[in-house]
Amino acid sequence: MASEPATDYAFQGGPGAFEEEAGHEEVHGLSPWRLALRRLKRNNKVAIVFGVLFLLLVAICLAAPLWANGPADTDPYKNHLTETIVIDGKKTNVVSLDGVPIGPTWQGKFFLGADTNGRDTAVRLLYGGRNSLLIGCAAALITALLAVILGILAGFVRGFTDTVVSRTLDVIWAFPVLLLGVALGTALSLGGLEIGPIKLGAGSKLIPILIIAIVYVPYMARPIRGQVLALREKEFVEAARAQGMRPSRIMLSEILPNLSSTVIVFLPLMVANAILLEAALGFLGVGVKAPEPSWGTMIGDGVKHILSGPHLAIVPGGMLVLTVLALNVFGDGVRDAFDPRSTVRMEH
Amino acid sequence: MTRFVVRRVMQMLIVLFAVSVLTFLIFNVIPGGDPALRLAGRQPDPGQLERIRQDWGFDEPLYVQYVKTIGNVVSGDLVSYTTQQNVWQELKGRIPRTFSLAIGAAIMWMVFATALGLYSAVKAGRFADRFLTIIALIGISMPVFWVGALMNYYLGFKWEIFPNGGYVPFGEDPWEWFYHLLMPWTALSLLFIGVYSRILRSNVLDTINEDYVRTARAKGLSERRVLVRHVLRNSMVPVITLWGLDFGAVLGGGAILTETVFDLQGVGQYAAESIGQLDVPPVLFITLFGAFFIVLLNTIVDIMYAALDPRVRLA
Repeated sequence: MASEPATDYAFQGGPGAFEEEAGHEEVHGLSPWRLALRRLKRNNKVAIVFGVLFLLLVAICLAAPLWANGPADTDPYKNHLTETIVIDGKKTNVVSLDGVPIGPTWQGKFFLGADTNGRDTAVRLLYGGRNSLLIGCAAALITALLAVILGILAGFVRGFTDTVVSRTLDVIWAFPVLLLGVALGTALSLGGLEIGPIKLGAGSKLIPILIIAIVYVPYMARPIRGQVLALREKEFVEAARAQGMRPSRIMLSEILPNLSSTVIVFLPLMVANAILLEAALGFLGVGVKAPEPSWGTMIGDGVKHILSGPHLAIVPGGMLVLTVLALNVFGDGVRDAFDPRSTVRMEH
Repeated sequence: MTRFVVRRVMQMLIVLFAVSVLTFLIFNVIPGGDPALRLAGRQPDPGQLERIRQDWGFDEPLYVQYVKTIGNVVSGDLVSYTTQQNVWQELKGRIPRTFSLAIGAAIMWMVFATALGLYSAVKAGRFADRFLTIIALIGISMPVFWVGALMNYYLGFKWEIFPNGGYVPFGEDPWEWFYHLLMPWTALSLLFIGVYSRILRSNVLDTINEDYVRTARAKGLSERRVLVRHVLRNSMVPVITLWGLDFGAVLGGGAILTETVFDLQGVGQYAAESIGQLDVPPVLFITLFGAFFIVLLNTIVDIMYAALDPRVRLA
C-alpha cells in the first residue's frame, strides 16, 4: 500500500487508511537546516560556487602579508613617489613628473599599479579588503544580534516595551540612511566616543562598524518582530507556558531557535549591504581613517583622481563588486532554499 | 477611517519631532564641535568668541537653543554657521535639481523594473530569466558612486557622448535638461531596477498560479491581457509600496552619492558638504526635509493600504 499514489486514499477506506499508512511507512524527519542544505545543493549550484568564491576572496585578503612581504616587497602605507621600476627592460617612474601614477604592471611590484602617493595598489587592495570585510562582517553580526534581541523583546513582551522599541526603530528608519551614517561618522571621528568604561579613539574601526550596525537594525528587527508575534501564538509556545516555563526561557529556548533560519537568510545580504555602506561612507570621507586603506576610501580616492588613472577607481571598485556580488548570489540561493519572504532595502 | 488617518498623521509628527531632537543632539554633544569657533574665523580672541556665543544664543540651555532653531526652521529664518547665508534660500535653488533627479529616475526604474521583472517571470527558469537574474544581482552589487564616476569618466570625459556632470534647468532648455540628467538617472536607477525586478518576478510567479488567473485564461482572454490585467495588477502592490518609500527618500535629498558624483548641486549634496564642515543648521534642515518625505510617503502608503484593506485599520 505504501506504493499507492496519495490521491487514492480517499477512495480506499476512510480515516483508518491514514492511520494504517502512518504505521507502515517510516517517516524521515529532516531538520529545516538539512532540507535547506539539500535544496541548495540540488537546485542552486551557482549559489554554492559564489559562496565558495566569497570565502576565496576572504582568504586572499587574509593572506595580504604574504603578498606584501613576498612579490610586492612593500607595505600598504609606504610611498614610492620618487622611485623607478623596470618594465620590459625600460626604467619607468612609479609616479610620473606631472603626478600620473603607473598603471598595472602585472608583475610582483605594482601588480595593479600605484596610487597618486606612489603606494602599491595591489597591496593596499588586499589590506583594504581586510578592513572592508572586517567592518562588513562585524557590523552585520552586531545588527543581527541587536535585531534579534529587540525583535524578540518587542514581539514577545509586547505592550509598552513594544511601543518603545518600535517607535525607536521608526525614528532610525525615518532618517535618511546615509545622512545618519555620515552625521554619526563626522561627529564621532572628531572626538571619538566615551561612554563610561568604553573608549573609542577617533580612528577606531569600531566607529564605522557601530554606525553601520545601528543604521541597519530596523531593516532586520522589523521582520523579526513580526515573526515573533506570529510564533508566540503557536501551540508549542502555549505548551511551554502551560508547563510553567518562565518567559525568559520561552524566549531563549522556544522562540530563538525558530528565528535562526531568518537570521541565516539575512546575514549574507546584511554583510553585502554593510560592505556597500562602508564604501559609501569611505567615499564621503567618514569611513576608515587615512592612511589606513579600505575599499571604500580607495574608491573615494580613485574617483577623486580618476583623470590621472582610471585603474585607481576600477581596481578597488571591481574587487568590491565581485565580493558583494558573490554574497548576493549566495544569499539569494540561501533565501530560496529557506524561503521566508524577506526583502532588504538599500541605500542609494 | 478618519480616526486611522488622524492617528497616522499624529505618529508622523511624533517621528519628525524625534528625528529633529536626535539630529540636534548628535551635533551638539560632540566634542570639538563648538560652532562659535567656526563662526569666529581663523584666529578668534576670547572676547569675540564670547560675543558670538551671546549673539547666537550658544550660551543658553540646549532646549532653548532647540526651540529657537526649530522656530527658525518653520519661519525659514535659519542661517548657516559657516557661510552665514539663509538655509532656506540656499535650499530653494537646489530643490528643482533634486526633484528632477528623483522624478526622472523613479519613472525610469519603475518602467524598466516592471518590464524586466515581468519578462523574467514569464521566462522563469529559462536562459533569459537566469541572464536577467545575474544582471539584476550585478546591479544590486555596484556602489552607485562608482558606476557614476566610471560613466562620467568614460561616457562623459573620454568618449564625450554625454555632458560631464552639471545641470540645466528645464525652463531654459528641456532637451539639455534631459540630456544632462540621463546619466545620473541611469546610475541611480540601476540598483532599484535590480531590487524591484527581483521582487516583481517572485510576486508574478506567486500570482500566476492563482485560481482567478486560471479563470481568466479559461474564459478565453488573450495571454497578454491575462498578464497585464490580472497578474501584473495584483503583483504590483508590494512593489508600489516600496516605490513610494524609495521615491520619498530620493525626493528628500537621499541620493547624496548620485548628486555628489555628478555634481548636480542638489539638496543631498548640500547636506554632504554641510556635514563635512559640521554646519549644523543646514544638516538639521535637510534631515528634517528628507525625513518629512520619507514619513509622508510612508503614511500615504499606509493610508492607501487601509483604504484597500479594512483589516489593516485595526492593527
